[in-house]
Amino acid sequence: MAETLRTVGVVGAGVMGTGLAQSLAQSGHEVILVDRTDEILDRARHEIAQGLRFSRVLGAKGPTEDRQVVAKRIAYTTRYEGFDTVDFVIENITEDWDLKRGVYERIDPLCPPHAVFAANTSVIPITRIGAAVTRPDRVLGMHFMNPVPLKPTVEMIRGHHTTDATLDTAHRLLAQMGKEGVVVQDSPGFVSNRVLMLTVNEAVYLVHEGVATAEEVDRIFRSCFGHPMGPLATADLIGLDTILQSVQGLHTAFADSKYRPCPLLVRMVDAGLLGRKSGRGFFDYTTARTT
Amino acid sequence: MPNDTTIEEAKPKIREFLARFFGDHRIADDEDIFATGFVNSLFIMQLVLFVESEFALTVEDEDLEIENFSTVAAIAALVTRKCSAPVSS
Repeated sequence: MAETLRTVGVVGAGVMGTGLAQSLAQSGHEVILVDRTDEILDRARHEIAQGLRFSRVLGAKGPTEDRQVVAKRIAYTTRYEGFDTVDFVIENITEDWDLKRGVYERIDPLCPPHAVFAANTSVIPITRIGAAVTRPDRVLGMHFMNPVPLKPTVEMIRGHHTTDATLDTAHRLLAQMGKEGVVVQDSPGFVSNRVLMLTVNEAVYLVHEGVATAEEVDRIFRSCFGHPMGPLATADLIGLDTILQSVQGLHTAFADSKYRPCPLLVRMVDAGLLGRKSGRGFFDYTTARTT
Repeated sequence: MPNDTTIEEAKPKIREFLARFFGDHRIADDEDIFATGFVNSLFIMQLVLFVESEFALTVEDEDLEIENFSTVAAIAALVTRKCSAPVSS
């Protein structure tokens, strides 16, 4: 069966969920975006409007459609309305297992039996998520990169019970979005975050120890290695709270001290310096002339 | 607020905003902001939102081009053009 996957449920309207909803709507999908409060959804609506506005100048591929038409493909709900019609669900909530389990237990009986569940997680084992639902064969990991509308490749994770048919369905959704996937096996942090989170954490240690400033660390990665963005600007883009949760998740999963979170990272999260989304992290994202 | 910002009035305000991201580097009027290595391409969103709030104007889709935001001179020219444009009702 190769029919078009039409309606996609997106759970979690944070940085990833909003980017994902935008990317799905821009590729013609009907999207149902869920989060816990109307306030979060209002912010998501605003972020998506900005995302659509800046899409062309940021170099997004594909035809340019009327922004209002695209925006109307996204429905917002705090109560999972319409989840009985979804073909696919992508969950993007915070990296907290108890919260994630609650979401999967809630959507499992709501969604049609054919619907595939993808966890857009950095560190939670896909096999554990599969164990929380009645369809472990139709659960996989899809680790989208940020900003979702601009990133062409997705790290896909096969859980213990994930079938080839489920991976095919996920590949089909990505193809509809103009993206591709690389399938890896289920292991904490998978490939990308096992390396990236360690790199970011070590870069934070360099700043913490006064070896280099954040600007200098990132400049070395950009200028010497040709990375488009240094590890600390990348951390700001992801969100320092998410980085901390991911590093802690790796620390717990491997019980290896190399993943111990840098005290500066913990302090910045406690101080509310979460990166781009809060206006300040290692760098400044405010839009006023003076601070 | 009066919509009569001149290029010479706009430039120092733009520079003051940019200075926060450029450390000791003093950016020339016609230097490509995005080629300096101090900011990445996503910085354009921050820059556009700054221009809109600082100069109380709206950047329309047709003006949302990287060329209009890549140098201090180009931004100042855009601001002056937008501020002198007749306001449609």
